Amino acid sequence: MSELLRSYLTVAIFGAVAILLVSSLLGLGSVLRPQRAQGGKYLSYESGVDAVGTGWAQAEIRYYIFALLFVLFDVEAVFIFPWATRLEAYGAFGAIEMGIFIVILALGLLYAWRKGVLRWI
Amino acid sequence: MTLGLLAQAGDGVAPIDTPGVAWSALSPILVLIGGAIVLLVVGALAPRRSRIGWHAMLTVAVAGGTIAAVVPLWDRVHDDGPYSAVASAVGVDGFSLFVTVVIAVAVAIAALLTDGYLRREGLEGPEPYVLMLLSAAGAVMMASANDLIVMFLGLEIMSIAVYVLAGLHLRRRRSGEAAVKYFVLGSFSSAFFLYGVALVYGATGSTNLVRIARFLAANTLADQGLLIAGFALLLVGFGFKVAAVPFHSWTPDVYQGSPSPIVAFMASGVKAGGFAGLLRVFVATFGTYRLDWQPVVYGIAVLSLVVGAVLAVVQTDVKRMLAYSSINHAGFILIGVQAATDEGVTAALFYLAAYTFMVAGAFGVVTVVGRRGDGHHHLDDYQGLARRQPLLALVFAIFLLAQAGVPLTSGFLAKFYVVEAAIEARSFWLALVAMVSAVVSAFLYLRIVLVMYAGAGDGADTDPAAGRPRLAVPAAAAIALVVAVAATIGIGLVPDPLTRTARDATPELVAASD
Repeated sequence: MSELLRSYLTVAIFGAVAILLVSSLLGLGSVLRPQRAQGGKYLSYESGVDAVGTGWAQAEIRYYIFALLFVLFDVEAVFIFPWATRLEAYGAFGAIEMGIFIVILALGLLYAWRKGVLRWI
Repeated sequence: MTLGLLAQAGDGVAPIDTPGVAWSALSPILVLIGGAIVLLVVGALAPRRSRIGWHAMLTVAVAGGTIAAVVPLWDRVHDDGPYSAVASAVGVDGFSLFVTVVIAVAVAIAALLTDGYLRREGLEGPEPYVLMLLSAAGAVMMASANDLIVMFLGLEIMSIAVYVLAGLHLRRRRSGEAAVKYFVLGSFSSAFFLYGVALVYGATGSTNLVRIARFLAANTLADQGLLIAGFALLLVGFGFKVAAVPFHSWTPDVYQGSPSPIVAFMASGVKAGGFAGLLRVFVATFGTYRLDWQPVVYGIAVLSLVVGAVLAVVQTDVKRMLAYSSINHAGFILIGVQAATDEGVTAALFYLAAYTFMVAGAFGVVTVVGRRGDGHHHLDDYQGLARRQPLLALVFAIFLLAQAGVPLTSGFLAKFYVVEAAIEARSFWLALVAMVSAVVSAFLYLRIVLVMYAGAGDGADTDPAAGRPRLAVPAAAAIALVVAVAATIGIGLVPDPLTRTARDATPELVAASD
């Protein structure tokens, strides 16, 4: 076995012990506990009182869309930060390149605006 | 003024050397991306519905512009030889330019088919076209990548746009299901691909294809485990994209659920990008280690041929039949990859070009027969089509017979060249399996043709044309189908221009000269 793989032997042993430990403990519990299936045990828990209504509710799409747009522009900011710290080193070439990047994403924002997803109501 | 301030402030900081960007090398990609952005902005500002389908016209114009941008590059490659740009990250050679043209043709045909489809379903807008252009840009990047990271970039751009395209039909649950399946499995395979890139980098010390090829040619590795593992993972990533067995499980469900014109693009353009990447990385870069990866590709090709042909025979949904048949075709192209010779690459490129027209046209007919709701794809929906609409049935029959490999169509020559390359590389059993699978899949194609011309054959006396509405063939779809039929029969009768072009399109990895 090569040197590279030998150094991962510890990781493999660790993983095997983890799997062994967890499965043996869960398995031991499953063997030792009594099995008495009753219908009431499978109801969903609502702090002890009887469950009311269904478990599903319709989420509003506007939360999802705003979160999506946030992630997009947050990642854009993540790309702009390191460029901004070394702005001089990249010179005009870097400035124009970052400008094009921002313009493309701004055009995407324009598209989202025109599609009406920026409206909260 | 800002740039002046930047220049002033830059006196204290050492400026970074920017690589020379030969913009001419990137012109096809720039045309596609620029066209996509223009279409996005104009589509956002203009009304979504219009009598003339100007979205589709603009998309076809951009695809035409891409082909126009390839022509001067092709001349330059022929006069001065291949070259690379952007610090040896993007390569321009005959291979990448050929695949660029194939992808642009796929975009044009799919855009023409999408126009009538969107109108029929009430889903008009610029989004499908923008996504198709961006996906094509990613595929072109895969074909011209000289660096594994750039190849991954192209793979992701191509794939993510296609994941969204698969879920384009908002009202059909099947479409959303196809998109989710494609996305989840595709992300997994991209992760495998990236891990393979990391392992190859670890084994060779570079992600640049030129440097990897030189390193592997000049050195023998003491421990090949890392490199072979990298080969395997890269094969998984590429194999998923081109729908090779055993990475094919997404293909029937995604092809069946996605909107039919989008499947036309998936089966032609995305497959072209995937195979371009596969050929560039394995045949061109890892050529010196071909004894290690050729047997694996041999096995994958055999499996794809057999599974694609056999499982297609038992389907009753035409889109699933065509999906399994595309797995079978992927097996044929993999024969060209397995040969790892110049003839093999030429044969694979010829097959890709011929196959683009055949499969895009076939899914175009499927789009028309699907009717509103894109749901009528059972074999019974094609029953008696020849009596109701003889031209449409004839066109579909031509595409199916071309896929079966009937002489006088491009499909026959495509299969012939690929099998010839296998025989020259002395993979006789592979060629035998290929020809047997062609016979098995011929049954499948002929069954559809028979159902169209003679009915289901179950003894029903009722006229199959009774009670079925006449299918509307939109003008744009008619243009696309005519072009595809003309190309299929034209290449079948006069293959020489395409053969000579494919022979000139060998991949050559060249480092940047500066």
